[in-house]
Amino acid sequence: MNRSESRSLPLTKRGLNFEMLMWIFTRLTALAMYALILFAIIGALIMGARQDMNLADVLRWGFMPNSPHVQSTDVPDLGPWSTPFWRIVASGLLLIATAHGVHGLVVIADDYIVTPRGRNTVRGISIAFMLMMSFIGLYVIWTS
Amino acid sequence: MGLNRNVSLSTALRYKGQGPFLSFILHRIGGLGMAVFITIHILSVYIEALGWKIGDILNDIYMNWAFQIFIFFCVLFHAINGLRITLLDLFPRLSTYHREALWIEWALFLPVFGLSVIVILATAVGG
Repeated sequence: MNRSESRSLPLTKRGLNFEMLMWIFTRLTALAMYALILFAIIGALIMGARQDMNLADVLRWGFMPNSPHVQSTDVPDLGPWSTPFWRIVASGLLLIATAHGVHGLVVIADDYIVTPRGRNTVRGISIAFMLMMSFIGLYVIWTS
Repeated sequence: MGLNRNVSLSTALRYKGQGPFLSFILHRIGGLGMAVFITIHILSVYIEALGWKIGDILNDIYMNWAFQIFIFFCVLFHAINGLRITLLDLFPRLSTYHREALWIEWALFLPVFGLSVIVILATAVGG
């Protein structure tokens, strides 16, 4: 099959629907998470992580930049680590990761649950689960 | 109707999908592992904030070397494999070399993961 021909379909015939949007969403959020984690690690290095933290602690901060994640390190003052700026970065990472992850669970479930009714049920539960985890996560980030 | 596949279980187990299938199934295991861990982690922090002391038990699990090796496998493989999928999907011309991309992926993953396992085990043994 000629690859270049198969990709010359006009946009309207490619099936631009919700599933297609979520397909590109999954890819773009993966890149966004890479960018945010790298950003948090660079921020940690600027705030003095080189002296006060080991690599595992820096990575833990990178995966979720909220201040309880550096509590057990030698960082002298948690102040710079719990600013609204880092809470906003952490919130962004949380919302992106939750949406990416819950959609991934739906993709897996779709391989095993094939009836329209079953898939609708899965989507309902997933949306409720995603909203619940987003709100609980935001609560944890902004109250800790 | 329910689950309806055209292959038997024994055929499925003998499926020789090779490298691409291995990365596919490990990507799922990694994603599921992270989803379960992060869900428990966020919920337990929330429950702790409500005053129910559950954190110490869970911390013992998180600090265990076997759990750390497992969850780091999930994170690192999902991240590297996800980057490969993203790059091949966003630049479809590269998919001519999808087998080579898998080799690059393992060449990145194995040294980083191997080194991490050594560090985790050394820390567990040395206290």
